[in-house]
Amino acid sequence: MAEQERRQREAESTDEAAVEEVGAAPGATERGERLKGELDDLLDEIDEVLETNAEEFVKSYIQKGGE
Amino acid sequence: MPVPKTLGIETEYGIVHRGVSDPNPISASSLLINAYLSRQAEPGRGPGSPRVGWDFVDESPAVDLRGFTPLDAMAPEIETHLVNAVLTNGARYYVDHAHPELSTPECADALSIVLQDRAADHILIESMEAANAVLPDGQELVVYKNNSDGKGNSYGCHENYLMDRSTPFSRIVQHATTHFVTRQVFTGAGKVGCELPFRERDYMPFQLTQRADFFEEEVGLETTLKRPIINTRDEPHADPLRYRRLHVIVGDANLCEVATFLKVGTTALVLAMVEEDMIDPSLAVVDPVRAMQAVSWDLSLARPLELADGRTATAIEVQWELLKAARRYLDDRGPDMVGGSVAHEVVRRWEAVLTGLESDPGSLAGQVDWVTKRRVVEGVRDRHGLATSDLRLAAVDLQYHDLRPDRSLFARLGAEVLVDPADARLATRTPPSDTRAYFRGRCLARWPDRIVAANWDSMVFDVGDNALRRVPMMEPSRGTEEHVGTLLDTCETVEELLDRLSA
Repeated sequence: MAEQERRQREAESTDEAAVEEVGAAPGATERGERLKGELDDLLDEIDEVLETNAEEFVKSYIQKGGE
Repeated sequence: MPVPKTLGIETEYGIVHRGVSDPNPISASSLLINAYLSRQAEPGRGPGSPRVGWDFVDESPAVDLRGFTPLDAMAPEIETHLVNAVLTNGARYYVDHAHPELSTPECADALSIVLQDRAADHILIESMEAANAVLPDGQELVVYKNNSDGKGNSYGCHENYLMDRSTPFSRIVQHATTHFVTRQVFTGAGKVGCELPFRERDYMPFQLTQRADFFEEEVGLETTLKRPIINTRDEPHADPLRYRRLHVIVGDANLCEVATFLKVGTTALVLAMVEEDMIDPSLAVVDPVRAMQAVSWDLSLARPLELADGRTATAIEVQWELLKAARRYLDDRGPDMVGGSVAHEVVRRWEAVLTGLESDPGSLAGQVDWVTKRRVVEGVRDRHGLATSDLRLAAVDLQYHDLRPDRSLFARLGAEVLVDPADARLATRTPPSDTRAYFRGRCLARWPDRIVAANWDSMVFDVGDNALRRVPMMEPSRGTEEHVGTLLDTCETVEELLDRLSA
């Protein structure tokens, strides 16, 4: 109930902050989608270069001695 | 008295010899470095690195060897069984235990460190290419810039800071510890898994740093067992009456240039403030060993740490306090001891990274390694529906650090650069102009056949008739282009150089 009331007040409000908030929302979504799209492209590329036998690769990586 | 913060980074790289049944990391490291040195020595490749060995002789701390006055001949003791070379950029490139290690030349500011750290990576990449060109088909050397093998074995990326000898060591311990515990929020290179003894690997699916799992003590001399947050090694490689070198072993090797810049730049500022006693003594973290791990394990960045005066604060809040103090320091004392104008950029970026960590850590992808890596690890996990214990995620972690250009995940992530890549390539051969590395590097490039050995604080010249002359360089901020550039440009021979140095 409280949430509904708050939303309603925001919808009726004409103060600058509320207008800005409404205006910012599509931009933020756009940015989010752009980032997601970039990440998807990146993950495609990464899938191509990843070591094929991950288990063997990880298990055989042993570094003894140092410092 | 405060002293200019001469800086350096020593990186031990991980190495794998593929295609052999019984790989030996020591011989693999030797092969890697020797292949690079041989390639540089080929005719027509310009003033490459000569085969000058590292000089292990100890300087006598009782004798003040400041300046460039040549002493009488001394027979240097040169370690010959492991590769140990000095490069024309003033760096040292050698086999350390079972790793190839590269120590950057001395740098005067954090941006110069970024340039030399990037140059170091180029040298390792060129070394792989050179080695793989001579290895039989089916064999390959692969180098990783990380600090852990995921099985409880760690190797270091050590930082060095020149400090005033008269600063009380207890004060350094207190404030440096506070910084080392809390700076992890932007210095961490990220790690899939946990390497604490008696814990399952997936006890911690992802944490901020590679190294926090390996620290067990607050102060000590060790680097491989019972590692301390503050290392007490006392080898100033400079006038021991005036200087101390703080050897820092807690850090991760960073791929992101912004992270390297901040790691070294903020630490230089904190140490300068320690010299001037300008940090609030109450800003001390209780039980710093546990706090290091707590910070590294806290992806929310919100966990409060207990402070010595009873307050609590998150790592980010402690960092805000240190940043505020750094601003006061710069207003009051200016940037001369902390890298000149670069220090102002350190402070600007320091504020930006703390703001980003508080508001939207994801926005720091490309600047902070753990953020950059985490995005990919979680992206791969979600895309393929993997469990957090799936070894494919550990493989992504490892491959983030793979230095092969065609395999490196980091190289694909569009990280922000602070130095021109062409300048970084040039820096594989040319020394910084504003420290004694300039003298070392230029001499090596000009008279490789006449230099018998070199180390951080001296060089030994062959002056004929079986005589050697040692040139001490006990003052890290002397021997710069400004001091000796004209001298080196106008000397025709080593004899002339030595005569004019002692005049």
